[in-house]
Amino acid sequence: MNRTRRKIIHAGASLGVIGWARAVTAAEGGVEIALALAIKQYVGDAVVRAGKVKLDVAELVENGNTVPLSVAVDSPMTATDHVKSIAIFNERNPQRDVIRFALGPRSGRALVATRIRLATSQKLVAIAQLSDGSYWSHSADVIVTLAACVES
Amino acid sequence: MARALITLPASAKRGEAIEIRTLIAHPMETGYRPGEDGRIVPRDLIRRLSCHYNDELVFSAEMFPATSANPFVSFYTLALASGTLRFTWEGDNGFLQTESRSISVT
Repeated sequence: MNRTRRKIIHAGASLGVIGWARAVTAAEGGVEIALALAIKQYVGDAVVRAGKVKLDVAELVENGNTVPLSVAVDSPMTATDHVKSIAIFNERNPQRDVIRFALGPRSGRALVATRIRLATSQKLVAIAQLSDGSYWSHSADVIVTLAACVES
Repeated sequence: MARALITLPASAKRGEAIEIRTLIAHPMETGYRPGEDGRIVPRDLIRRLSCHYNDELVFSAEMFPATSANPFVSFYTLALASGTLRFTWEGDNGFLQTESRSISVT
């Protein structure tokens, strides 16, 4: 009687662990899929290649309410070869979009900076669209000790 | 009127890329945050910043809840002629603010 009960408890416990592990994996996958979908909305069917873009942000930030970052794109910024837009995406805020910039040959230099909110430690992706229609990206992982959004 | 800070050089050489830094006082309420009474504070964001150089659009930024309160944006533009740079912030609840700065280009 007692032994059976123990077996049942044991079986239940391991099932619980497996279920929890599956849920966690699904959630992790969900996070990545949501980010990929948001990026796809921005780039359409174009291929995003790594390079040309430099997303500069601290690896460890104390305050998620205001995280300074800058994005620089390696481009001559001429009429025929320039950056058209830069978009920043996040992985784990309530919304994937962070900010988008529209640039052009009149910009002279493809360097923008802003301050953003981060709800938790996560990955950030910066994507630049060039005038030839190509997309380039750079991502950075940020660890946040005090999160935005939750504190009032 | 919200307080807006705009930093740019008063004069520049023709063809020089000048840095422009902008900041405007605004809570950028995300619509996800509970207030003191426990209820979600309604969303109130600046959605867009645009910069016109002698009436030509040279830069714009589209903002989302993840942009910090008192949104700061810096960017570059080519100084091509003396004139006026016009900065416009548009947002929720009819938020609209325009600031102008002049620049002399030699």
